[in-house]
Amino acid sequence: MWSFFHKLGSPPWLYGIAGSILRYLLPVTVIALVVGAVWGLLFTAPDFRQGNSYRIIYIHVPAAVVALAGYYVMAAAGAVSLIWRMKMADVAMKAAAPIGAALTFVALFTGSVWGKPTWGTWWVWDARITSMLVLLFLYLGVVALYEAFDNKEAASKACAVLSLVGMVNIPIIYKSVDWWYSLHQPASIKFTGESTIDSSMLYPLLLMITAFYCLFACAMLMNMRAELLEREAKTGWVRKLAAEGAH
Amino acid sequence: MHPVRKQRLYIVLFVVVFSSAAIGLVLYAMRGNINLFFPPAEVVAGKAPLGQPIRVGGMVVDGSVQRSEDSLEVRFELTDFAAKVPVSYTGILPDLFDEGQGAIASGRLDARGLLVATEVLAKHDENYMPPEVAEALEKSGYDHKGVPQ
Amino acid sequence: MYFDSLQAVLEMDGHGMFVWSAYVVTVIVLVGMVAHPLRRRRRLLRDIGGALRREQGAGQEVTN
Repeated sequence: MWSFFHKLGSPPWLYGIAGSILRYLLPVTVIALVVGAVWGLLFTAPDFRQGNSYRIIYIHVPAAVVALAGYYVMAAAGAVSLIWRMKMADVAMKAAAPIGAALTFVALFTGSVWGKPTWGTWWVWDARITSMLVLLFLYLGVVALYEAFDNKEAASKACAVLSLVGMVNIPIIYKSVDWWYSLHQPASIKFTGESTIDSSMLYPLLLMITAFYCLFACAMLMNMRAELLEREAKTGWVRKLAAEGAH
Repeated sequence: MHPVRKQRLYIVLFVVVFSSAAIGLVLYAMRGNINLFFPPAEVVAGKAPLGQPIRVGGMVVDGSVQRSEDSLEVRFELTDFAAKVPVSYTGILPDLFDEGQGAIASGRLDARGLLVATEVLAKHDENYMPPEVAEALEKSGYDHKGVPQ
Repeated sequence: MYFDSLQAVLEMDGHGMFVWSAYVVTVIVLVGMVAHPLRRRRRLLRDIGGALRREQGAGQEVTN
């Protein structure tokens, strides 16, 4: 058990294992994304009320779900880096931030494009949409804060604190549609009780959510590999890699 | 755990708990402003300001939609099954606007309690299903939420 | 397949612009999200390798 944590703290081991995982996970993810998108776009029936515009659900919901889950990953890595001063946790936190920002942007953009034909507006300042915009700014804030500090250690501390403070926003986003009157409807997929989306539409949606989780993992591992190379540029194992011209 | 790490752990917990409490209190204080709309019951009870821009949300009452013959004016009523608010709106309604469906109208209340709306948004619920499934449900005497009609 | 023709797929009963623009923007963002670390890593490896060769070259000149 402890030897595993020791290995996690070793950059060359992490770099190598991330590469081996990516070799299998990335192709599987791409296939799942393509299958899920084609299934949702072409092989499901339209919704009885919204018609074909509902097909945006197959990217909107997965992007939003993973953007929220990704924040917990980032904040957890931030906490570990603050408490144990573990360098690799800092690498993980920095790797998660831009991915979270990209997914939050996708959720907001697709939601806006979906809102126009269904609700009749591109944007409304309701609790769900506004708290999602705050999430985007939190992710971008972590990215920007890293760049603002010359001292890497100070940057890592400031970003960890920001991501921990921002964590309070996540349950607010989840519950916003239940706590306040909003334009956004409550969740259709329920962990307890029956989902209010027909099973023929639910299966491709679950596939897409799984695929987006895998995509988050892939992008995060890739960001970590690049970050490790930059931080360890002066060490023997990176020089060896560079000299070999290996990938 | 090492005492220094333990101390850092407490600081992290302190930051999370107190920032949550602070934001929670702010949200609680602002709870009225975070709601996007007033339900009709609160409007009828006089909780919504007159003459100021507000939003009212509820179900469009069955059979209440009246379209003007010579203009784009539409009149309908919104209900939360406790009270009704009459709405007048001139303009194009969203595709999903229909009787028995959710809608949010934004505008100003006049002295007679009529909401003169400048924008109407359709609110849809969390039910998704193919048209055939909705039809089959209707045939067997249920609405799209599975509630017997 | 639900649709009869390619035309129907593109139009989606009038919702085509919304659906397809949402998907196209998503694909662009996601591809960028994966391509950025890939390019960054390749560039780093190339730069470090180049610096290494220059160092070795300089070292050889001194010994000769």
